[in-house]
Amino acid sequence: MSDLTAHSHDEGPRRYGRGVFLATVLGGASSLFWGKSAWSRVSGSLGGAEALIPLVPSKGWRIYTVASTMPTFDPATWKLGLGGLVEQPTSLDYDQLRSLPRVNQISDFHCVTGWTVDKVHWGGVRLTDVLAQARPLSEAHGVEFVSAEKPYVDSLSLQQAQLKDVLLAYEMDGKPLPREHGAPLRLVIPEMYGYKNVKWVSEINLVPKAEQGYWELLGYDQDAWVGRSNGHGKASRS
Amino acid sequence: MSRPAPGYVRRFSITERVLHWVNAAGFLVLLGSGLILYLPSLAAAVGRRPMVKDVHFWAGIGWVSALAIVALLGDRRGLLRTASEIDTFDAEDVRWLQRRRPAPQGRFNAGQKVNAALTAAFLVLFFLSGMLLWLGERDTAFRFASTVVLHDGLLYASLALLVGHLYLAVLHPATRHALRGMVTGTVREEWAREHHPRWSAPD
Repeated sequence: MSDLTAHSHDEGPRRYGRGVFLATVLGGASSLFWGKSAWSRVSGSLGGAEALIPLVPSKGWRIYTVASTMPTFDPATWKLGLGGLVEQPTSLDYDQLRSLPRVNQISDFHCVTGWTVDKVHWGGVRLTDVLAQARPLSEAHGVEFVSAEKPYVDSLSLQQAQLKDVLLAYEMDGKPLPREHGAPLRLVIPEMYGYKNVKWVSEINLVPKAEQGYWELLGYDQDAWVGRSNGHGKASRS
Repeated sequence: MSRPAPGYVRRFSITERVLHWVNAAGFLVLLGSGLILYLPSLAAAVGRRPMVKDVHFWAGIGWVSALAIVALLGDRRGLLRTASEIDTFDAEDVRWLQRRRPAPQGRFNAGQKVNAALTAAFLVLFFLSGMLLWLGERDTAFRFASTVVLHDGLLYASLALLVGHLYLAVLHPATRHALRGMVTGTVREEWAREHHPRWSAPD
């Protein structure tokens, strides 16, 4: 070191290296508490995440899957099974599904890991319209959604399933639902985190009560209310 | 340590070089597996998310462990001297950062010192946020709404740093000789005198 300092003129050496290091580490670590709100303010002032493409890949979506391959969709053979505690177990093919009353909805999508996609344009059918096809029995108090992506499954209480904006979506942002978003059909329940928004829905069963699904068995909350479950917000953990 | 060939001076010890390349290799494996997890198009094309997640997680553990092992088993005193060099900015370094010239530099110029300090800080933050992502999936006590924002932000920041580093080390004619130093340990004496005049290289 002495050979370096010997050549300095008016000022002695400064420990800037550790300053840069510590300031970056502390600033970065503290962003755990302000990063998300700062980012939404920045992206908002720049006209939303879409304006930042290609900086924000696919408008901020991340694709989470649990199996080794994503299910494929063949409109000729695809069927949605409706069973369990119902008067009339049945199934819908893709055309029958598309002939049910269509709903358009714009809602935000929140992932429990912290990312959010604002104003997703969904097209689909109301879950209650689909359930009515099979006529649930009075002892059914839960609805189970089985994904074609094994072994993914999750459930809602019947009351949650009857919330007004719960959809089975077959379109996203004006196009048929892409494969990685659960083609041809995914559940949309904007009040709850993404893990409840089951992708590749292939079977819906009415059950006595909502059971734990894939992520609940790994410790996630059964009721995945956005902002007040899974450690987010005040009323965390039941 | 073998003597440098005539006309060459030793710039990096074997410990420093192994540390650099272990860091680079670990980063690239993490970048590749991380992009598969992060980019929807790659995620859809590759699939096997649970396996890629495992690769990414264990690569992160392996990366930090390997760096620690190299530092512990290698020339620790040499590394501490190097860390102290990187830490220390004298008046010429400040002039260099202010783009005032001439600003004769030592073994590391001020930009290289900043790059090293940021690289080390990003490593700490990558590891911290990565562990929080992994733990948060298992226990909500470790879950912060901003962990992904931090981990993603680090990706962009470190990519920017990497692009600049690669440009200077591989492409830019005046500086790319430095790559030889990081590969073989030695650089041309006249190059060292021109770019790092205040560095008195050991024989």
